[in-house]
Amino acid sequence: MTERFEHRVVVSGIGQSAVGRRLGRTGLDLTIDAALDAIADAGLTVADIDGLATYPGGGGGPAGFSGPGSPDVHDALRLRLNWHAGGIEGPAQISAVINACLAVGSGLARHVLVYRTVTESTAQGAGGRGGIGTGVPEIGGSQQWSIPFRAYSAACWLAMNAQRHFAEFGTTREQLAQIALTARRNAGSNPKAVYRDPMSLDDYLAARMITTPFGLYDCDVPVDGSTAVIVSTADYAPDAPRPVARVEAVGTALRGRPSWDQFDDLTTMGARDAAASMWERTDLRPADVDVAELYDGFSFLALCWLEALGFCGRGEGGPFIEGGSRIAVDGQVPLNTHGGQLSAGRLHGFGFLHEAMVQLRGDGGARQVPRPVEVAAVANGGGPIAGCMLLTRWR
Amino acid sequence: MTGPVFRVLPRLGTDNRFFWTSGRDGVLRFLRCRGCGYYVHPPTPICPECLSRDLTPQPVSGRATVYSFTVNHQPWSPDITEPYVIAIVGLVEQDDLRLTTNIINVEPGGVAVGMPVRVVFEDHDPVFIPLFEPAPVDGAEEGP
Repeated sequence: MTERFEHRVVVSGIGQSAVGRRLGRTGLDLTIDAALDAIADAGLTVADIDGLATYPGGGGGPAGFSGPGSPDVHDALRLRLNWHAGGIEGPAQISAVINACLAVGSGLARHVLVYRTVTESTAQGAGGRGGIGTGVPEIGGSQQWSIPFRAYSAACWLAMNAQRHFAEFGTTREQLAQIALTARRNAGSNPKAVYRDPMSLDDYLAARMITTPFGLYDCDVPVDGSTAVIVSTADYAPDAPRPVARVEAVGTALRGRPSWDQFDDLTTMGARDAAASMWERTDLRPADVDVAELYDGFSFLALCWLEALGFCGRGEGGPFIEGGSRIAVDGQVPLNTHGGQLSAGRLHGFGFLHEAMVQLRGDGGARQVPRPVEVAAVANGGGPIAGCMLLTRWR
Repeated sequence: MTGPVFRVLPRLGTDNRFFWTSGRDGVLRFLRCRGCGYYVHPPTPICPECLSRDLTPQPVSGRATVYSFTVNHQPWSPDITEPYVIAIVGLVEQDDLRLTTNIINVEPGGVAVGMPVRVVFEDHDPVFIPLFEPAPVDGAEEGP
C-alpha cells in the first residue's frame, strides 16, 4: 500500500478539563485547562504549538453547544500559528482531528492543538435548551423538512433509524439496553464519569419514554467539559515523554445522501461509508481491534457503529450485544470503557478519542482492558454525520 | 393528536413554495425531471440522475408506506402534551421518494413499519402541511 498521510503523524498528548453538570465556568476557561493539560502531556510548551483546530467552531448551534471558536483560544494563548481551522461540516466531530492530521501530514504545521468544548449542562440549567427549532417563527434550510412535523430533536430523527432496524432485523429494547448498561458498568470505574450508580435492565426499561424506541437511558447526558489532543509530526515521537499513538487510518467517506431522512439505508447511516473507507486504508482487520470507543449520543448509534465497523454483520448487532458479554471490558470488543456519553457525559465525540489514548497507554486503572491494547477504534457521529479513526500503540 | 397543534412553519422561497402550497387543491406535488422522469426531493435545480435542468412540479397519488416512525413523548416545547407519531414515509411512485411527516387519525400504538398511508393536508394558508393517515386496505376509494 502506498504511503499514507496518517503515518506521518501521531497523537502525542491528551488533556481534559473538569467534567460535570453545571460547572458554571466559561467554555474558554475549560478549554484552557484542557489545552494546557494536553500540551504538557505531549512534553511541549505553548510556544511549540503552531496549529489549531476545533469542532464546530464558535457561535453556532443551541446554547452551550459550540464552545469557544478558534480565534478565542488562539488569542488567549497568543499562539503563533502556521495553520488553523474550525468548522462543523465534515466527517463528524473527529473531523477537526483529521484536519489536523492532514495539516501535519502535509507539512503545514508540526504540533496542532485540537479541542472540543461543551457547556450544555450550564446552558440547560439556565433554561436555554429547548428542542431544535422551537421558539422560532418559521424555518428554512434542511430543517424545514423535519421541524414543521415537530421532530424537534436528533432523538426523534435517530429513533426512526432505530425503529427501522428493529423492524428489519428484530432488534429489541432488551438488546439495545446492553449499550447503556455496559456504559454504566464501565462508568463505575471512571472517577470523572457523571453517572456512576449501578443500573439494571429493569431500571433501563422502567425509565420514561423519550421517543420510541428511545427511553431516557438511551440518550446521552449533557455536561460541561473540554477535551484536547495534540497531533504532532511523527518525527517527534521519539522525544515525547508519554507513549504516543500512531494514526493507522482515518474514515471520512459519505457515499450516501447527506440527509437524516433521505439517506438510502437508515439502518446503517453514514457510519457504513466512513467505516468502509477506513478499512480501505489499512491492512488491519476488525479482529485486530482491542478496544472500541464508539459514539453513543444515543445507544443505537453505538450498535450501528459495531455493525458498520464489521465487528458483526449488518443487522446482527442485536444478537451480538445480547447479554453484554461480547462488549464488556474483558469481552471480544470492549466498548466505551469510560462509560461513553451515556454515562460519562456528552463530551461530543472527543471523549472517545481521549479514552482510546488512555487505553493504548495502559492508563485505565480499574477500567483498563485486561488484554494488551495495541489497536483502538474511535468513531464519532450519527445519521449522515460520521467519521472514524484507527489508532495503534507506537511503543 | 386530535385538535390543532402548534407548528413551526416553513419559510417560503423560490425553490420550495410550490411544495408547501401544493395542498390547496388536495394534491401533493414533487419536482420531477422532464428528461428521465425522476422525482427530486428536496427541490434542487438539477436532476441528480441525468443532470437535466428541466424540472417541474408534478402531482403524485399521495399514497405511501411507513418506512419508519417514532412515537414522541418528550415535551421539547411547552405545547407538547400528548404523544404523537413522527414518520418517514415512502411515496409509491418511487422507491427513494421520502418525506418526514406525522401520521394522524390513528392511535400512536397502531402505527407500524410497512403500513399503507395516504396524504391529508393541514391548512395553514398559504401553507398546507402534508400529513398522512392510514389508507383503506382495499384501495377502493383511492384518488386521484
